[in-house]
Amino acid sequence: MRIDLSPRANRSPAMDALSPVLAFAVAVAIGGIVVAAMGRSPAAAFVTYFVAPLSEVWSLQEVALKAAPLALIATGLAFCFRANIWNIGAEGQFVVGGLFGGWIGVATHGMTGNTLWVLPLMLVVGTLAGMIYALIPGLLKVWLGVSEILTSLMLVYVAELLLDYMARGPLRDPAGFNFPQSVTFDDAARLPYLMEGDTLHAGVVVALAAVVIATLVLARTLFGFTVRVVGASPRAARFAGFSDARLTLAVFAVSGGAAGLAGIAEVAGKIGQLQPSISPGYGFTAIIVAFLGRLSPVGILVAALVIALTTIGGEGAQIDLKLPLDLTRAFQGLLLALVLGADALSRYRVRFVPGVTT
Amino acid sequence: MTDIAPRPQPEGPTPLFGAYGIVKRFGDFKANDGIDLEIRAGEIHALLGENGAGKSTLMKILYGLLEPTEGVVTHRGDIVRLGNPEAARALGIGMVFQHFSLCENLTVAENIALVMPKSLSGRDLKARIAEVGTTYGLHLDPDRPVWSLSAGERQRIEITRCLLQDPSLVILDEPTSVLTPGEAELLFTVLERLRDEGRALLYISHRLDEVRRLCSRATILRGGKVVGACDPRQESARSLAAMMVGAQVGEVKPATGAAPGRPRLVLNGLTLPAPGLHGTALHALTLTVSGGEIVGIAGIAGNGQAELFDALSGEALAPQAGMVVFDGGDAGRLGITARRRRGAGFVPEERNGHGAAPTLSLSDNAILSRHATAGLSRFGFLRGAAAKRLAQTVIAAFDVRKAGPDPAAGTLSGGNLQKFLVGREILAEPGILVVNQPTWGVDALAAAHIRQALLDLAGRGAAVLVISQDLDELFEIAGRIAVLHDGTLSKAIPAGETSRESVGLLMGGSQTPPPASATVTAGPAHAH
Repeated sequence: MRIDLSPRANRSPAMDALSPVLAFAVAVAIGGIVVAAMGRSPAAAFVTYFVAPLSEVWSLQEVALKAAPLALIATGLAFCFRANIWNIGAEGQFVVGGLFGGWIGVATHGMTGNTLWVLPLMLVVGTLAGMIYALIPGLLKVWLGVSEILTSLMLVYVAELLLDYMARGPLRDPAGFNFPQSVTFDDAARLPYLMEGDTLHAGVVVALAAVVIATLVLARTLFGFTVRVVGASPRAARFAGFSDARLTLAVFAVSGGAAGLAGIAEVAGKIGQLQPSISPGYGFTAIIVAFLGRLSPVGILVAALVIALTTIGGEGAQIDLKLPLDLTRAFQGLLLALVLGADALSRYRVRFVPGVTT
Repeated sequence: MTDIAPRPQPEGPTPLFGAYGIVKRFGDFKANDGIDLEIRAGEIHALLGENGAGKSTLMKILYGLLEPTEGVVTHRGDIVRLGNPEAARALGIGMVFQHFSLCENLTVAENIALVMPKSLSGRDLKARIAEVGTTYGLHLDPDRPVWSLSAGERQRIEITRCLLQDPSLVILDEPTSVLTPGEAELLFTVLERLRDEGRALLYISHRLDEVRRLCSRATILRGGKVVGACDPRQESARSLAAMMVGAQVGEVKPATGAAPGRPRLVLNGLTLPAPGLHGTALHALTLTVSGGEIVGIAGIAGNGQAELFDALSGEALAPQAGMVVFDGGDAGRLGITARRRRGAGFVPEERNGHGAAPTLSLSDNAILSRHATAGLSRFGFLRGAAAKRLAQTVIAAFDVRKAGPDPAAGTLSGGNLQKFLVGREILAEPGILVVNQPTWGVDALAAAHIRQALLDLAGRGAAVLVISQDLDELFEIAGRIAVLHDGTLSKAIPAGETSRESVGLLMGGSQTPPPASATVTAGPAHAH
């Protein structure tokens, strides 16, 4: 038997919109069966995963704090992926952005006088660091034709080890009892909280702004048009006069800059100092988020919230129901597979062709 | 010509294949509306009709790609269900597509193996390919990857692939649209031999002269219905065309009184190395196209047409700026956008994926080639409303038929998309226009429209360079004709002073048969 996928002539917009929702419902159903098989109540698990995090202010804030870096990184990655360029190294660009931006925070520790410039400088340096770090695989691809998938991925480990070394070595707090971490940043080097007494910091606003700007850029600018054409039809893009090399570098710069900004926002926001590790894998999870959101910035925002919700819910499930963290990871993977599958089903008609083996 | 109503068949042998009362609906639209068609063994049966008449739908039903909403298909009198192409192939139906269904990254042999039974593979298959190649003159190098082949060479794969399955009915969709007269003659010999072997052929073509010469029966479709049947040998090309469009097709009128102007497009010994292992190098091409004239470049696909087009458009840069001169200024080192700013326009051969991005809307595709020259972007921002207006202007001026206000380019039929792409460039009033295969796979009415538009543009003082394999087309519109063969360009001769025969000979490299795989090993040896 063979399976044929033939494009649907008339795609219904309602089906397009509904397919990720259906995929989510199926993922929840499968997750429920797995939870039941592990001897826990699926209903209780559902409440812990999806309802509890939404029912309290502090956990809502946690969801937003987790979603912000994911949305910011994934929005940058959408530019790459739409142009069929595969930056897998956002995690490294995130770490480098946090490291170099955070370095300013360490260097200005205890500084007196006018310190209003410190935070903006950190954000700029973090963004630039991520951008430059992403341009390494970009330039290698353009100059030498090296696969950006491999180089960008391998540079993640370089960045992680560099941060680890810096946090344990040169940037360690000399008065910190040899704990492997830097000094705690001054207030001037911290992202302001949105409201007094909350955990929500300005990084959330940055992520929202990035989503809005990216939507505009993709739909309304020549650069966004270039990205769309190169992804849809590379030869037509050359016919349009768009340079492959320039676009490759540009999307690496955009995605690296976004990841670097997310990195410094995490360091200057939630963490407040440099530590040997500053990311629970945001840069990799963002790849899932980008595709869950179908490479559209608004979709990415929704996807980031869903992934953040399951992560926070998963932490709750670990504590309340003694369900392993791996279950959350498996659920996130399942969700991606189902969303992509539902997407394919809404785009193509599946026919089972019996008899012939090929 | 007989009357319009579907006629009862004269009593005779049971037809090999019959289609009765075929209706195919797409939503509210009836692509086929009660079509009857009988195909007998040993005949070449023409299926005529404009784009959108329902020919493709009917073909797809016969090949099992679509299932009819109503109606039946019979094989030797028995009703059969053609649920998929395998079922059709099992009944001996083979198909040569107009748009090639080939995998670019696979070799010729691999592409053929894809549709062959598993038992036949490797060396056996290559031997069979060579056998068909020598029998029918379809020369192919089985180890070349498809991406490196020209349109003409790709079609040979399709035909070979079909013939290898020993079909009893061969459906051919515009098979000669990429062939030279010589190659077409060769194909006709093949088709006549297949007919004499007792096979049936369903022949779809816009070239009515071929149909008249080759086919003994014709069924004419218009608006999804059978509007006539005739023996094309008894008809004139004009009467056939009139039946197809339901109106008289006007002759293309050359623009009058355009005195040859100043040289606008000049090639000074344009020399380019081959862009890839299988590309064609260009050797010292020299040509002058003046304002007010159309110069035609004849030649078989794969002799440097694509390379010449890229060198003219700026998608490939010449080694020296002076090798390509636009309006007196060196343009050889300019990119395509800069050349457009100099007032040049380009229409490539491949519509989907080169001239247009198929998944983008028509207004986005207007931006594609006009973003720098039609004020469609300002400070890096697109002017969406202006792009929509431009697209609508092109659609109105060139009678582009489409579904919806601003559909994706890929949803248009070939002829309509080509009208859009030609219109997009012509409405820019280019001083220089380079067109590669302007009417390939385009129906008669649209082709006439496009040719007239090219003539009118030249009449307004533009230099127009038309690269085409269609000699009828070149003799219809070009003032002078040069031949591109194996990367070298012959002198451009006034069309009135040469003949199809002598141009045809030059296209084939004078007296020798068309080069097939010879280009792979020939050429200057490079140290690797």
